[in-house]
Amino acid sequence: MKLLFEKGAPGRALSILPKLDVPAAEPEAALLREKPARLPNLSETEISRHYTELAKRTHGVNDGFYPLGSCTMKYNPKIDDEMAALPGFAGIHPLQPAEDAQGCLEVLDRLRGMLCEVTGMDGMTFQPAAGAHGEQTGLLTIKAYHKHRGDRNRVKVIVPDSAHGTNPASAAMAGMTVVSIPSGPDGCVDLDALKKTAGQDTAGLMLTNPNTLGIFDHNILEITRIVHEAGGLCYYDGANLNAVMGVVRPGDMGFDVVHLNLHKTFATPHGGGGPGAGAVGVKAFLKPFLPGPVVEKTESGYRFTTPAHSIGAVKAFYGNFLVDVRALAYALTLGADGMKLAATTAVLNANYMMAKLRGAFDMASGEVCMHEFVMSLEKLKKETGVSALDVAKAMLDEGMHPPTMYFPMIVHEALMLEPTETESRETLDEAVNVLLQIRERAYSDPEGVKACPVKAPIGRPDEVAAARNPKIRYAFPE
Amino acid sequence: MGGYLPSSAAERAGMLHELGFSDECQLYRDVPDGMILEALALPDGLSELEVSREMRSIAAKNVVYRSIFRGAGAYNHYIPSIVKQVTSKEEFVTAYTPYQAEISQGILQSIFEYQTLICELTGLDASNASVYDGATAAAEAVAMCCDKKRPRALVAASVNPQVKRVLATYCEGYGHPLQEVPEKDGRVDPEALAALLTPDAACLVLASPNFYGLIEDAAALGGMLHAAGAKLILSVNPIASALYKSAGELGADIAVGEGQPLGMPLSFGGPYLGFMAAKAELMRKLPGRIVGETTDKNGNRAFVLTLQAREQHIRREKAGSNICSNEALCAMTASVYAAAMGQRGLTEVARQCHAKAEYLAGRLARIGYLRRHSGAFFHEFLTGTPIPAENALAALSERGILGGLPVDGGILWCTTEMNSKADIDELIEVLKGVRA
Repeated sequence: MKLLFEKGAPGRALSILPKLDVPAAEPEAALLREKPARLPNLSETEISRHYTELAKRTHGVNDGFYPLGSCTMKYNPKIDDEMAALPGFAGIHPLQPAEDAQGCLEVLDRLRGMLCEVTGMDGMTFQPAAGAHGEQTGLLTIKAYHKHRGDRNRVKVIVPDSAHGTNPASAAMAGMTVVSIPSGPDGCVDLDALKKTAGQDTAGLMLTNPNTLGIFDHNILEITRIVHEAGGLCYYDGANLNAVMGVVRPGDMGFDVVHLNLHKTFATPHGGGGPGAGAVGVKAFLKPFLPGPVVEKTESGYRFTTPAHSIGAVKAFYGNFLVDVRALAYALTLGADGMKLAATTAVLNANYMMAKLRGAFDMASGEVCMHEFVMSLEKLKKETGVSALDVAKAMLDEGMHPPTMYFPMIVHEALMLEPTETESRETLDEAVNVLLQIRERAYSDPEGVKACPVKAPIGRPDEVAAARNPKIRYAFPE
Repeated sequence: MGGYLPSSAAERAGMLHELGFSDECQLYRDVPDGMILEALALPDGLSELEVSREMRSIAAKNVVYRSIFRGAGAYNHYIPSIVKQVTSKEEFVTAYTPYQAEISQGILQSIFEYQTLICELTGLDASNASVYDGATAAAEAVAMCCDKKRPRALVAASVNPQVKRVLATYCEGYGHPLQEVPEKDGRVDPEALAALLTPDAACLVLASPNFYGLIEDAAALGGMLHAAGAKLILSVNPIASALYKSAGELGADIAVGEGQPLGMPLSFGGPYLGFMAAKAELMRKLPGRIVGETTDKNGNRAFVLTLQAREQHIRREKAGSNICSNEALCAMTASVYAAAMGQRGLTEVARQCHAKAEYLAGRLARIGYLRRHSGAFFHEFLTGTPIPAENALAALSERGILGGLPVDGGILWCTTEMNSKADIDELIEVLKGVRA
């Protein structure tokens, strides 16, 4: 398909701007561009059709099942988008005086109140724009806390080897040293390894619970106790909160800092790679270190303040505000009862699929999983040559987005499935049947599976060539 | 109760029963005793109509100004109708990061087109798929430049204070000392820069137009930096970039900026768009997603996420950045906006922004609001005030006009194509009528 830059012709344009109504004032010539930017010359018809064609070559949650493990691809409610587009939110300048933006401050304050209740935290910042950004913010907060107490040797962050790759990368960005500890075969923390590692140089532990195998770590209270006794803090990666929202709270498990991916658990759309939002919640003793400004409710209304020992700012202004508006509309819709039901249904759906697939695939997630489960296709690969990647590509031909592949790294030939609560029983049954049929075909026609997809907009791309000879922008004909 | 479950209570009970459970609490058997909540201390869920009423009543507590003369990092531009229509398509809105290239060609191609757009606007060779905003783009660029030999970063005092705060926070994390280069008449003082350019200095973050709207002598400052073995990170306004010398033409090694003016509403500060582009030799140091062109096995044009060996999911703590989710839909917004405006249209937006700023500055000067700085500016400028700034701004506010931002006892004004001559004349009339 042609690029925008390969379409159109000189002289074509939309009629957007009125004529200049003040005297012309051209900047002095020495300041002007020598070579104009080569932008396309298009009609509105061409632009509209171009993007309609691109949309047809894109699979979103609304196109079909999207069990991408760890990404919580649940349905994105329409009302939330409509609320975010209200001129009373979308048209507000971030530097309007706070008294002219009381509604915006109220959104942030009410969402803070609701999410603190969900997580068991006392304070929250909405500045981080994504989960990884939240991790970085949470770790900088922990670092500032230790530093403030004069505890300058606490520079190490303990991260299990089953963790998301962003955990160690965020620790490095916060200027901390990463200490990786092995997990048990169930992905749970190895308590002996943790005890040996935790000490006077420990800044904290980063953990997701349920873990990346979809298992709730039954030693969680022991884990957080070990870290606290060593003087470290506990960081909860909220990527998997959808399993436990309204059921059990990170704050009650002993965690001091939490980040939430609002674009996962709180149903805000992911837009093909963002904008997301990575709100960070903390226990009361860490509130003075949060980035600022934060909203404070006073008798005369809401106002912005900067915490006493703030780490500064991790983003201009207050974060991805319109994502927060969507999350508030969603949280109000679900309420206490709806949040719990969403979590329990997400867990039910995952267990339902796992049970139906257990006979055919090896499960790495125990007998009962949380909101997601991991299958190992090692045996299938050994017996047929068909890999987890091949199975994923075969799913594309059935109109389904594949699960997360080859993660966590501690499971060989891993496929991680997260159906979410917003799928019907028919969809789950259909997905199970598709996976069973692909497995059968792997034995009868392995080459056929390896040739998939054949019905997608393109066949398998040559990724090696892309990396070896990077073409990362259009080369205009000279 | 509100929610989005397709399955009925009876269906869920049936599924649970098939699994051999009598209630869903049994699914949480690994949770230690006593930790399961009775109920959250929150109200129960609401219907869609109730939520709509509630959210609208909150929105109504904000003042929507009909006339805006404030910028300082967030700019009120016209957004063509096609932009909102295209970027509301459900396929784009509800997709995740394009990990499965075969069914994500639409998103991948849109990012490739965005990367091309950013390269054209900045005059540089390589762009990533976006970062969170202009401030974090500057911070990521600093990380690209600093190393053990050259750990120190410099930032011009004339850079937007929001950007400076984010730089300071990131640099504290990186462990890179950050120093401010003082200003003289609102621009970088070259003598002060020369004094700070020691062999351990890696880069300077410079903005042009800067916080005061002034055009810096980026080419000359870049020359000083290069002679000292340091790099120029130039923060640019993407609208101004259509008209003024590009970052590449000025000798920048890395261009960064806030992409919000390219079709994103003010949105109380976000979601916005951080763009980054670099010279070819720095391509493999760029953070975040990058889309590349290749072919599929049948020889068809195909787009994929590429150069992934730089990223966190491969390199973990050795990655240059932790960024994962970025601002993909905002990047698409920028592309649709640029396509709708075209080269001539975008240049015309820049011309109108500037002409209106010149007109406003002239009218303000006649009533005693005199520019604090000399020299060329784009669409923002700082003036002193004959009466306390807050009195002037309060009078404007009463008439539904958001005046400029109070800065150092003066006012930082901004105009765009949205400010008609009639709006500007009205602003002047209101100010004339304000008493100290």
